[in-house]
Amino acid sequence: MKVDMKIDVHHLTRVEGHGNIEITVKDGKLEKARWAVVETPRFFEAMLRGMSHDLAPMLTARICGICSIGHSLASLRAVERAMEIEIPEPANVLRLLAKHGETLQSHILHVFFLAAPDFFGVPSVIPLIKTHPEVAGLAVRLKKAANDLCDLVAGRTTHPVSLVVGGLSKAPEKHQLREIRQVFVDRIPDIEATIELFKTLSIPDFVRETEFVALKGEKDYPWIGGDLVSTDGVVKPEDDYRAMTNEYKEDFTTSKFARLSRESLAVGALARLNNNFQFLEEKSRAAAEELGLTPVNHNPYMNNVAQVIECDHVIRESIKLIDQLLEMDLGDIKADYRVRAGEGVGAVEVPRGILYHEYEIDSEGLITKANCIIPTTQNNANIHFDLAALAEQELEEGKTDEEITHLSEMLVRAYDPCISCSVH
Amino acid sequence: MKYLGIEPEKIKIGSFDFTCCEGCQLQLANKEDTLVDFLALLDVVNFREISSHRGEDYDIALIEGSITRADEVERLKKIRKRAKILVAVGSCACFGGVNQIKNKFPIEDVVREVYGDDPVETLPVRKVSDIVKVDLEIPGCPVSKEEVERIVVNLVTGAEIKFPKYPVCVECRRNLNTCVFDLGQICLGPITRAGCGAVCTTGKTGCIGCRGPAEEANYEEFRQILKDHGFTVRQALERINFYGGLPEMVIDES
Repeated sequence: MKVDMKIDVHHLTRVEGHGNIEITVKDGKLEKARWAVVETPRFFEAMLRGMSHDLAPMLTARICGICSIGHSLASLRAVERAMEIEIPEPANVLRLLAKHGETLQSHILHVFFLAAPDFFGVPSVIPLIKTHPEVAGLAVRLKKAANDLCDLVAGRTTHPVSLVVGGLSKAPEKHQLREIRQVFVDRIPDIEATIELFKTLSIPDFVRETEFVALKGEKDYPWIGGDLVSTDGVVKPEDDYRAMTNEYKEDFTTSKFARLSRESLAVGALARLNNNFQFLEEKSRAAAEELGLTPVNHNPYMNNVAQVIECDHVIRESIKLIDQLLEMDLGDIKADYRVRAGEGVGAVEVPRGILYHEYEIDSEGLITKANCIIPTTQNNANIHFDLAALAEQELEEGKTDEEITHLSEMLVRAYDPCISCSVH
Repeated sequence: MKYLGIEPEKIKIGSFDFTCCEGCQLQLANKEDTLVDFLALLDVVNFREISSHRGEDYDIALIEGSITRADEVERLKKIRKRAKILVAVGSCACFGGVNQIKNKFPIEDVVREVYGDDPVETLPVRKVSDIVKVDLEIPGCPVSKEEVERIVVNLVTGAEIKFPKYPVCVECRRNLNTCVFDLGQICLGPITRAGCGAVCTTGKTGCIGCRGPAEEANYEEFRQILKDHGFTVRQALERINFYGGLPEMVIDES
């Protein structure tokens, strides 16, 4: 067994934002294993104070370049709940459709561009264009479909324009919805090929039991609002999100940590699947079972697989949502509302897990207090404790520095951390 | 690999992110139709978000984000020394972007509001050109992927780089949109530089000026438009100050 080891991955690549992995082994014993976020904070909650409520979704979309639609939706939900605004049903369906576009876009970006190079032993997706054109082709086609859906419904994929307080500012035309529906039907063979591809990849074998937190499904796989649930049996209403997150700060990191019933918790695709498996589309559920993913799965590397399954689910459900919209009056997409004082929480399942926004708004419609809790913030402690457990397991097996470094990098990437988001 | 049938000399490019959402660099990966051709032009030597390769021998450095900590200042200076051409990409790099809203509050207050009694290090927000010489600025929140691609291709092929001088209003009218002022919203389209294709106003949402001032903007006329629609400059201020790119002359009015 190795006696001394010092792993220091400064600014981990192929993740969103800046974080370091530090592992030290002395005399054969693990001395330190850390996940340290060194990202520069931007202080969005401070900036929101004094801002008009209708600009809050636009400002907070800028927290994240990947899940800006999710931030807009959490922000809108917080504002609309604070002011007791009921949005028209077609707007609800359109928002969920935009959300599905984002989930697909983000997961495909992560699975193919950020995670896949590890499985193929290359530094980035670029060499795959030559060596595995069929894999690159799947990535490009699926990602384009996702972006086209977001552009159509939200006006733009990164920093949406038509998601506004009360509903949407503009609805797509029905002929455009029919066209994008066909694109999504055409992508089903691509996502099925992706599932087949994942059957051939070897997922690292590592398990550390943890608590998975997600929105609680009632009839459907949940994305926007509702109760919160954990695999340790905790159930709380949306408004009690702080009791579900319990943020705290460690000295070595600029992003906060979170916990619930144990020393850490996990959110994201794997957490959603572990809590809401029965609500997946039937075919997606069958694919998950074929890939060896059934609840409760405690291997964090399986988050990559869970993302692929969610891609399958959102493609199939998007087609159904478009069918619903084609039967609706898309002139009715925005509610008039009266500005009033209030407090509201918005919980939304964004690609990397539950995102919470909470605002206090005064009678002029200005934000007086804001709080945002990001999925990666909730995952940081889990990543941190996983690293220690992984390093100990791999040391026992006599792995080299390089092998442990590689597995540690893959572990952090599996969570798809959105680091700049987490230190908003 | 060939680009449009010819074999150009590949240019070495690095993409570097500072304080930001990383949405601008994502735009480079988001243009799937031409992504493969675009990559054929470039030798991506340093692009942490998508690649583990960390080369230091880049000709063009794309800088995303604003500068908010001492270590970022040092990192930026190092990149400037190595790069032949340094491009500020996105509103955060060009103007400070939404991050500079922080600057209207005292720094201790901002830190206390978010971190309570566990403070973290942060400086007032600065744009890239406050620290180093910038050869080219491509604003936008996010940048328009078509524009970045066009500019990078022009840099590689040696073609002249031009930006529109006219405001967003021109592109908006070309899209045959109803004016968003007539929908009851404030819009900065009359004073903001075009090139975005009027994406926000086409989505029936007022422009918030992410691309900075248009050279051919008429501020007097803009004040008149605000007045005609019953808005004051004060009401428009929150939007004018959103990205830090628009000039103060618009601000100091009743």
